[in-house]
Amino acid sequence: MRVRLLDIAHARSGDKGDTANVGVIALRPEWYAVLERHLTRDRVARHFAGVIEGGVDRFELPNLNALNFLLHGALDGGGTLSLKTDAQGKVYSTALLRMELEVPDDEARAARLPAAP
Amino acid sequence: MSRVVRVAGGQGFWGDWPEAPRRQVEGGPIDYLMLDYLAEVTMSILQKQKERDPAMGYARDFVGAMESVLTAVADRGVKVIANAGGVNPEGCAAAVQAMAERAGRAGALRIGIVTGDNLLPRLEELLASGHELRNMDTGEPLSLVRDRVIAANAYIGSTAIVEALAKGANVVITGRSTDTALTMAPLRHEFGWGAADWDRLAAGIIAGHIIECGAQCSGGNCLHDWRDIPNLADVGYPIVEGSADGTFVVTKHAGTGGRVSVQTVSEQLVYEMGDPHAYITPDVVADFTSIRLEPAGADRVRVHGIKGAPATDKLKVSIAYRSGYKAVGSLVYAWPDALEKAQLADRVLRERLDRLGLKFEKVLSEFVGASATHGPLAGDAGRQAPEVQYRIGVRDADKKKVERFTREIVPLVLNGPPSVTGFAGGRPKVEEIVAYWPALVDKTVVQTRVEVR
Repeated sequence: MRVRLLDIAHARSGDKGDTANVGVIALRPEWYAVLERHLTRDRVARHFAGVIEGGVDRFELPNLNALNFLLHGALDGGGTLSLKTDAQGKVYSTALLRMELEVPDDEARAARLPAAP
Repeated sequence: MSRVVRVAGGQGFWGDWPEAPRRQVEGGPIDYLMLDYLAEVTMSILQKQKERDPAMGYARDFVGAMESVLTAVADRGVKVIANAGGVNPEGCAAAVQAMAERAGRAGALRIGIVTGDNLLPRLEELLASGHELRNMDTGEPLSLVRDRVIAANAYIGSTAIVEALAKGANVVITGRSTDTALTMAPLRHEFGWGAADWDRLAAGIIAGHIIECGAQCSGGNCLHDWRDIPNLADVGYPIVEGSADGTFVVTKHAGTGGRVSVQTVSEQLVYEMGDPHAYITPDVVADFTSIRLEPAGADRVRVHGIKGAPATDKLKVSIAYRSGYKAVGSLVYAWPDALEKAQLADRVLRERLDRLGLKFEKVLSEFVGASATHGPLAGDAGRQAPEVQYRIGVRDADKKKVERFTREIVPLVLNGPPSVTGFAGGRPKVEEIVAYWPALVDKTVVQTRVEVR
């Protein structure tokens, strides 16, 4: 079943030099396991391919039902150097929430995930 | 009965809501008002202002904030801690003192000034004695940009602020102390936490991280349930109710707008985060994976379980240096086919720049309304937009080239694609870029000084 990340998580992002961070938080505690299994570092790197210049790191915060991603080379040099509208990576959060995850049907049903429209 | 110390956050950056400090002291009981004014780029802006006028170089908004809370400080014992000093804490203190004298309340202020973070006058000495101040991101030595450096400040921790409070200051003004130390210092001072009490120090740092961005933890800029966050026009800024054991409650004054919930606090916790296992500060290394949040009533979130580890022997240094010029201009194209028109404008402009032989270090075109913030991830969303803003920026070491570029945008209004507007600002202005160079320095190099007047 296809699931929109927007329907199962909220997020906030910011900058660290030329790196944008995106923290993704499950909307329900029981959905954290879905994020942890399916929102992998490689999946996020593929999502942002052609958008960011560097690699992606992932960190787990099960205590907050959250994952933290670092998107390297995301900000055209970062801060004052950047020519981008989003020079400080403030809306990479919603760019990540555009993603759809493919979740096996039985897992999606057990977690009561909302299907993508 | 366990005692609670209330630290209220009243500013999250230089430019934050001028009403907030006064609302924090008038909205209910607080013990400390914490005002954070500094971001990475702020120090270099302040340094430029100090070069033009040696009496400047601090966050001038702070004087107005102090004026608005003067009665609370003088009569109710609320203490204020701010890193408004920027690159001139003494100048900042003098301006506050002068304001208080005009108000006839100078005797009520005991101003603590924390200095020692400014390494600019000591750069030669530091480089000569083997401190390379290599860029933390690229590994390059500072000598590469040494002649263009305009500011260098070490991020200092809570110890000097605690010292100022212990000496009786009721207003503490610092230069580049960490944002988090401004909240942790009063908790450490009130509860007597030791310099090696890692778990409690980490709790203080995390309390600081939660409230350092003002209302961003109490409903502002919150994505979760954003439609249902009440009364943002009257948003309440955050308050930490700290206890001696390192647990604390995040809340806001009753009757204010916004929201304090596990979700709003969670969003702030992950903001600007790196490795959550090691949030490194001068005081302690905090572990964000140990934080426990639980609802504790209306607009109350209890935070506990926090673990910390010994601090490192380095301090981060924020160095600002001149790095060429940039200019960004824009035009707005209207439906129908707004995006196609904007894209044609981009091709025309780039061809003209080519013919002029103008090559830049970087040229970036964006189509606001179609793809500026999400890039190719936006797909075809902008195809039928009612309008699209064409935005183009250039960056180069050569100021003349950037100036020449700024004269090529507005002519497109009459000699480019049709249905164009949004050029009332005229030619874009050329800005000098102040770039940021993060480095580390041995802690032993930096000696903070505390003076209480």
